[in-house]
Amino acid sequence: MVAATQQEAPAPPTRRWRQSAAVGALATTLLIICVLALIGSPVLLPALAGALVTVIAALSRPRAEHKVWAEISSQETVRAGIQAIVSGVADPVVVLDSHGNVTMFNAQAKAALPQLGIGRHLSFAVRSPEVVSAVERVLREGTVAEAEFHEKVPVERSFEVRATPVRFDAASAGPPSASLEIVMLFRDVTAARRLERMRVDFVANASHELRTPLASLYGFIETIEGPAKNDPAAQARFLAIMREQARRMSRLIDDLLSLSRIELKEHVQPTEEVRLDSVLSEVIDTLTPLSLECRTKIEIEGMNRTQVTGDRDELIRVFENLIENAVKYGQSGGRVDVMLVDGERAVSVTVRDYGPGIAPEHLPRLTERFYRVDVADSRQKGGTGLGLALVKHILNRHKARLVVRSELGAGASFEVMFAKPAINEPA
Amino acid sequence: MAEHIVRAFDADLDALSRGVAELGGLAESMTTRAIEALVRQSPAMANEVIALDAKLDALQQELEEKAVLTIARRQPMAVDLRAVIAAIRVTHDLERIGDLAKNICKRVLAITGLVQAPKLVKGVEHLSQLVLTQLKDVLDAYVERNAEKALAVWEHDENIDALYTSLFRELLTYMMEDPRNIGVCAHLLFCAKNIERMGDHATNVAENVYYLVTGGKLLAERVKADTTSLEKPMSAQ
Ligand SMILES: Nc1ncnc2c1ncn2[C@@H]1O[C@H](COP(=O)(O)OP(=O)(O)OP(=O)(O)O)[C@@H](O)[C@H]1O
Ligand SMILES: [Mg+2]
Repeated sequence: MVAATQQEAPAPPTRRWRQSAAVGALATTLLIICVLALIGSPVLLPALAGALVTVIAALSRPRAEHKVWAEISSQETVRAGIQAIVSGVADPVVVLDSHGNVTMFNAQAKAALPQLGIGRHLSFAVRSPEVVSAVERVLREGTVAEAEFHEKVPVERSFEVRATPVRFDAASAGPPSASLEIVMLFRDVTAARRLERMRVDFVANASHELRTPLASLYGFIETIEGPAKNDPAAQARFLAIMREQARRMSRLIDDLLSLSRIELKEHVQPTEEVRLDSVLSEVIDTLTPLSLECRTKIEIEGMNRTQVTGDRDELIRVFENLIENAVKYGQSGGRVDVMLVDGERAVSVTVRDYGPGIAPEHLPRLTERFYRVDVADSRQKGGTGLGLALVKHILNRHKARLVVRSELGAGASFEVMFAKPAINEPA
Repeated sequence: MAEHIVRAFDADLDALSRGVAELGGLAESMTTRAIEALVRQSPAMANEVIALDAKLDALQQELEEKAVLTIARRQPMAVDLRAVIAAIRVTHDLERIGDLAKNICKRVLAITGLVQAPKLVKGVEHLSQLVLTQLKDVLDAYVERNAEKALAVWEHDENIDALYTSLFRELLTYMMEDPRNIGVCAHLLFCAKNIERMGDHATNVAENVYYLVTGGKLLAERVKADTTSLEKPMSAQ
């Protein structure tokens, strides 16, 4: 793509124009000097001056002017052509002048680097030292430079950047940098980098978290083979525990995998329209058996037709986790409220329980992987400690917020807020 | 002629702002990599960050000299003067952030291979994520000259304090659970403290961006949510 830009762009728009303007200015200056010199000889003055002015006016001025205008229009065509090519590229492209100031960019670039502005230095939009020094290198050495830059917050992103020096006007004389511009091509490699990271993290997390249940499985197997060899009753009891352990382990792997999958596409926002009320009633239906088992009544409020932009399956996971937690951990309250509010600036869903609540020091930590307030209690309830981590990543992807409020002894409320796109004021 | 001077002055200011943005980029990058070195227990990465600190210091000094020269040569007034003053102050905070990143890396070198459970560094990583977001937002606010964004950063600092307090208690619990954890946890506590202080510097930057744009000051001292030192002694489970 860069090569194409180079070929299709025979002349630098602004610079050539400036050069012709300079020629024009030079001609005018010479003319004035001539006239001034002539003033010295009064006899020749009127005749010669008149002639010169006429000749030069007839020859150079209109010509120069004509040439300048021709150049401007041809330059504008070329510039429009380059702009068209730049906007046609699927990846972010930014064109810089020989000072590193931005002269052109496409919509993809603006989306990835919101601080981009024509005439402003690239560093205002990309602060990454790798990119800054790549641009410096191109300007200094006139050769291609490559760099990679990573952003960790608010969502992780990685770009491979290729900065190519382009001489739009090969024929122009003067110092080599005079007509140098830089074409910066950004390639989003977030998915590839995440995949690499995901493998590493998955192995680390899985091996650490599976170690304990695996060790206990071994223990039971040894008991069944040894001391409990001839005790069918004990064997049955141990096998039941082992089944439960194995179930938990496979759930852990499933959860880790879904977490990795969500993380992989966290930088891509979903586009589907989803009926939130139907998501909620579906979730509540699937949780009915659990709520019966825990003697907890799920009360609903505001279940009117409400749409948000999102991924249906992922939103089901979010509310499944929140309502399941409320039922599991808040069962002593005997009641869980699920409230849907279609507000002016946001759509919000609140899941509130009347259980033991959560102490303030745990609140900021709940969404960390494997974080459990009471490890034994959560284990016993079949929890892996990944539920809220999953919720957080899904909501990140939806640009939605999770607000947790709780006081010890007064239950807990988990509120999910989907911001509404700003409505244009009426004209 | 006057216009020429004005334009040269604008160019000076622009170069100064650009330098601050680049310095900020370096501080962001050092912080991100310091945390990565901690999470991945990578001494190589830690050493890279330690080496970068000299570059940050040199850049900061260069910018400060440039700013002082600008004041001397152009004698700026009003918003222009504020721009130069804010640039000087912001570079100081960014330089401190770099120092703190370097300090974290020195601790990484000390504890590499001794961290038994990944959960020990998870909380520190979480804290760093909040602080990095603050740093990114405040640098964006600086580049955009956006007072509202700066104010938002300034107000968000409380989240960091709450998380720090929680982390402090968690690390103390680990120390009490198993004395072999004490060495590592002490280093991690200092890492967390360093990160929390980076958050304070980001807040300072927010104050300066606000001052630069509006000429006003954000309320001098805020009530901190940090109650760590007031806590009753905890019992060991
Ligand atoms: N409504 C609640 N009331 C009290 N504590 C809660 C509530 N919701 C979550 N928690 C606490 O937060 C911890 C983390 O919840 P999370 O959903 O991430 O994990 P989990 O429920 O243990 O496992 P999983 O969701 O994978 O089954 C829980 O272990 C529990 O201690
Ligand atoms: Mg859960």
